[in-house]
Amino acid sequence: MRARVLVVDDDPALAEMLGIVLRSEGFLPSFVADGERALAAFRDNRPDIVLLDLMLPGMSGIDVARAIRAESGVPIVMLTAKSDTVDVVLGLESGADDYVVKPFKPKELVARMRARLRRGEDVAPEMLTIGPPGNQISIDVPAHTVSRNGEEVKLTPLEFDLLVALARKPRQVFTREVLLEQVWGYRHAADTRLVNVHVQRLRAKIEPDPERPEIILTVRGVGYKAGTG
Amino acid sequence: MASSPLPPPDTATARTRGAARELWRAVAGRVARTAAGVHRTWRRSLQFRVVTITLVASSVLVGGFAYLIADKITSILLESAKTDVKLRLESGADYATKQVALYNQPQEAQLQETIEGTVNYLAGGDPQQTSGVVVVITAQDFPVIQSRTAPAVDGVQRLISPELREAVADGNVASQIATGRLTGERTKYLAYGSPVPTRFGQIELYYLVPLARQDATAADARATVVATGVALVVLLGLLAALVTRLVVNPVRVAARTAQRLSAGLLDQRMVVNGEDDLALLAASFNQMATNLQRQILRLEEMSRLQRRFTSDVSHELRTPLTTVRMAADLIFAERDGFDPAVARSAELLQAELDRFEELLTDLLEISRFDAGFAMLDAEPTDLVPIVHRVVERLTGLAERVGVPIEVDLPEHEVIAEVDPRRVERVLRNLVGNAVEHGEGRPVVIRLGADETAVAITVRDHGVGLKPGEEKLVFNRFWRADPSRARQTGGTGLGLSISLEDARLHGGWLEAWGAPGQGAQFRLTLPARAGDRLTTSPLRLVPEDARLPYGGPGDAAPLTIGPAPGGALAIGPAPAREPDAAGAEVPS
Repeated sequence: MRARVLVVDDDPALAEMLGIVLRSEGFLPSFVADGERALAAFRDNRPDIVLLDLMLPGMSGIDVARAIRAESGVPIVMLTAKSDTVDVVLGLESGADDYVVKPFKPKELVARMRARLRRGEDVAPEMLTIGPPGNQISIDVPAHTVSRNGEEVKLTPLEFDLLVALARKPRQVFTREVLLEQVWGYRHAADTRLVNVHVQRLRAKIEPDPERPEIILTVRGVGYKAGTG
Repeated sequence: MASSPLPPPDTATARTRGAARELWRAVAGRVARTAAGVHRTWRRSLQFRVVTITLVASSVLVGGFAYLIADKITSILLESAKTDVKLRLESGADYATKQVALYNQPQEAQLQETIEGTVNYLAGGDPQQTSGVVVVITAQDFPVIQSRTAPAVDGVQRLISPELREAVADGNVASQIATGRLTGERTKYLAYGSPVPTRFGQIELYYLVPLARQDATAADARATVVATGVALVVLLGLLAALVTRLVVNPVRVAARTAQRLSAGLLDQRMVVNGEDDLALLAASFNQMATNLQRQILRLEEMSRLQRRFTSDVSHELRTPLTTVRMAADLIFAERDGFDPAVARSAELLQAELDRFEELLTDLLEISRFDAGFAMLDAEPTDLVPIVHRVVERLTGLAERVGVPIEVDLPEHEVIAEVDPRRVERVLRNLVGNAVEHGEGRPVVIRLGADETAVAITVRDHGVGLKPGEEKLVFNRFWRADPSRARQTGGTGLGLSISLEDARLHGGWLEAWGAPGQGAQFRLTLPARAGDRLTTSPLRLVPEDARLPYGGPGDAAPLTIGPAPGGALAIGPAPAREPDAAGAEVPS
């Protein structure tokens, strides 16, 4: 099955070029040029992945990402011309799963998209539990559900993957680079800010007090690990 | 003595001396502390200084005036008393002269009675005026005549001094002030003597007048003068304090306002009251503050615009470049089907696009530093994996040019609060450069750490740097040899950006090099973000560096010492010292 891609970009030349590349790689692209119509196009097309430019006329890319994230966990890859921390972190915090900085190589973009689409193919029945007693998180891997004390917690697929990666080997410390490789599919470490922002987002959803995390612990100077009883 | 190990012979004396010394030390300490406190206040408070000076100066002046006035009053009182007594003495002497004028011989029978009568007469009269006055007649030259005193009291002779006696005996009217006890209390007396001529010679008449009243008046006057003086001094002190306060307070307010201004509260202003000098100060101060604020806001606005421009240029350039890049990639992938010229063009397009992209990225990075927009994302990071990653990435290039990369890393992790992306970029630049200039000889990467800092050195054994070039290498677009063909490209901005990255960490990036011996770059970063560096855990000049101009070859430390003829000589040190070269602090 060919994956549907929604490209939200206001530059017609870049959109057309992206279309050529994506089609040649076997995707089904559709295009929208401004932020205000992006959400409607998203609802009509039900894409498998969204490519989103951050600087858009009308509604900004950040707002579009938030609006999409409010109703779907679909992977969002930001296209950004700015690599400053503020912009990158703002984009990731608004709900994007990954980002590529312009000018990117077509192969790199496609690799990132594939990594985001690859998930959910080989799932064995598996139930995981982490966190200290009285504050436990149960993960049903095949069903893609996470619950805290019997209550279901909504996670995006990426957040889910991150949580599963940590929960499968509790007590093991994961460096940011290892997490980037396992969860995002990077072969060479790219940007550890991706990990930091997503860990924060995950904590905001599953920790009782995100300021004093008990489920996903920071190991100073090394990385993160899942907390256990 | 005290240091002698034997006990001193007299322990009691020693103990007393010890206690005294202790006491002296305590007192001296207290005095020194107080003096230091006063000195500090003197230096710090203008008000204290002005009041002290006023008090001292006015005390001296008022004291001098008070002394003069009191002295004058006393002498006036004494003069008037003297005049009174003199008049009485003269009339008394006239009277006595008449009374004794009848006698030709001092042995005459009635003379004694006459003298007694005269004395009693002279001492009598109005008791109001004569209270306490004692009249005395003596006959110095005639022992047969007894001296007579009225009223009859003892001790008169003590009040009349030999000098006075002599002066009067010589025929003068003389006076003297003497203190003694005649009746009741001890009092100051004015003793006035006059000769009384007789037919047989001369006898003397003395008046002893108590000066109690004058004394009391003078004491009253003195007390009044002193009280007035003290009050005046105190008032002057208060006045000085008040006046300085009037001046110093606005100055203090100005200082406080200036401090707030410099702390960044740009809207701080002083209150302007009236039109005097202080109001002028306040108004000028406010004007200065307004100008400063305007300048700072203008600069901030410029910086904001610059950042905005950088960001816009970035976006505007990058979007079309992305399209070009993708198109070029597509063409490049299909080049096998083209004729040779077009295929080669596609390759050139691809390669130059890479360079263009690098250059754009570096330019934008530099402009971000210039705009002060670069931010440090410091987090505790293990530097060992970063080194491994950089080496792994550059292995391909190193193998192509035939330069082995050797690493010398600690066994344990080396954690520092750094921005991992920036550190990796710096290392990539340094190692890339070293490989490029390696000339087939090994590149060595060392990592060292101590409590306060971490350091990484990258050493190559290529052509090295000429003297002076270790500073130039960090200049933008600087090339060691412009005529030399570039092999692996590079934008010429790599080391400039690396230097900025190091500075952003509060760290150092330094270079060492010698012709024919290669070069070494050292990156030193504080272990905790924001700390100041003082030393580096690794040496900038490598151990195996030979000295320039034919020095000893075996990395022996140098000594600098006097040589014949007063010159300085540089030569090998006699013995090897562990920390001879140390880590120098860059200027």
